[in-house]
Amino acid sequence: MSPSAHPLAGVLAWVARLISGVQVRWEGVPPEAHQRVYFANHSSHLDFVVLWSALPVEIRTRTRPVAARDYWEKGLLRPYLAGRVFRAALIERGDRTAAPGEGVAAGRTLIDRLLEALGEDGSLIVFPEGTRGTGEEVGSFKSGIYHLARRKPDLEFVPAYLENLNRVLPKGEVLPVPLLCTVTFGPPLRLRAEETRQSFLERARAAVCALRRR
Amino acid sequence: MRLAHDPQLLWLFGGVLGALVVASGLGAILERAAKSDQSRAVLRNLNARTRAWWVMCSVFALTLLSGAIGSLVLFGLLSLLAMREYMTLLPTRRGDHRTLFWGFFIITPLQYYLIGIHWYGFFAILIPVFAFVFVPTRIALAGDTERFLERAAKIQFGLMICTYCLSHAPALLILPIPGYEGQQAKLLLFLVLVDQASDVLQYVWGKLLGRRKIAPSVSPNKTWEGFLGGVVSATLLGAALWRVTPFSFRAAAALSLAITLMGFAGGLVMSAIKRDAGVKDYGTLIEGHGGILDRIDSICFAAPVFFHLVRYFYVP
Repeated sequence: MSPSAHPLAGVLAWVARLISGVQVRWEGVPPEAHQRVYFANHSSHLDFVVLWSALPVEIRTRTRPVAARDYWEKGLLRPYLAGRVFRAALIERGDRTAAPGEGVAAGRTLIDRLLEALGEDGSLIVFPEGTRGTGEEVGSFKSGIYHLARRKPDLEFVPAYLENLNRVLPKGEVLPVPLLCTVTFGPPLRLRAEETRQSFLERARAAVCALRRR
Repeated sequence: MRLAHDPQLLWLFGGVLGALVVASGLGAILERAAKSDQSRAVLRNLNARTRAWWVMCSVFALTLLSGAIGSLVLFGLLSLLAMREYMTLLPTRRGDHRTLFWGFFIITPLQYYLIGIHWYGFFAILIPVFAFVFVPTRIALAGDTERFLERAAKIQFGLMICTYCLSHAPALLILPIPGYEGQQAKLLLFLVLVDQASDVLQYVWGKLLGRRKIAPSVSPNKTWEGFLGGVVSATLLGAALWRVTPFSFRAAAALSLAITLMGFAGGLVMSAIKRDAGVKDYGTLIEGHGGILDRIDSICFAAPVFFHLVRYFYVP
């Protein structure tokens, strides 16, 4: 059962593909509509929409982005897009809001919210770096995906590498330059039995970096 | 739509249509008759190319009929698409972002606008003079000096090839040739036809007879046999079309020769840039052909030379 897409969704996906000229490569992972968490490097405001537009439409309609509440609740347009069009799961940014002692509880509600957003057969897009980097290196991952994997151990985590988006719209710029982008999806990961948090997060980060071409 | 009543233009379109029908029919027959997997693969690529030719010819014919504005918009878009393929390959840095924005959204549209308002004097110097001083200045203002000269030079080169050179093709429409007013669309068609026919014929002759490679490290598919066969046959084709041009038979042959030679040079140079960047094609937009820049690299070199030869000899 696929949720019906907002009429704007198709148009936005088309515009995003046009601006980014995105070339999509599925390497060692077929584009299938079953439940997954797509995770990628983060260097531009366009990352999410380009990754989302790169998914085939039947996957896209059941895939929701995980995005920062402080950014997407500002203004009039962003809350509308986040709520109605992308059906984003909005979360508080990073671990830094949690005071000592509250961290565990805050973490639990975050994971609960992600599980709720996943639902029965939905998928998620996450950027585990938590914030945009320069695009030259992939930063260290926050622990959200590990906790999600702990709660749902059979969940597939699909790495994706977004190339050139930092050049199309770098951090701090408002106007995009229409260079050609590439999205590469790689073989999925699962949490191994007894795997530590650090090992899983490093393996996930290495999986994203391995999809880099140069 | 006055142009649609020009019988010569309709004859030219008819000729292209005939060539496409023959190519499609021949391709279909050959693909069915192909024995080995290897020849089947070659023919499948060939037929994909022919299908793309149908689309490209239809788009070009329609814009040509729609008048100067249509052609300017089409070539302007081609410039932008070519430039995005070119700039994607460059090692540009964060500090080049605003310069690139100027290149895409201000300098390129302005170049085509200047043709639209017939301002030849400014059109001819916008990129070689003004962009030439603007680009390094804007990059310097951004403050990043790492590989400064390389970045400035590569961006300027891209503007020259993708925008400046290519814009000389639709600029033919504003050449005031006495006795040929209102008919310059046929001159643009002549350029594109001879140039692209030269590409195709070099490919065909090369596939049939190609032995000795011209520059194997740059472009392994370019052979002397393909080059000579293509240049001679495309020159003959151009000469045969002399009646639709303001040229005599001999002049049409000489100008066609210039177009084919420049087209060859364009293909060679743009291949060398691809090898340097470590890619096979500039893009994936046109099935069987690669990117836009892979298809128009020859026009980029042929158009400005053809434009200035015609301007020197035929515009008083």
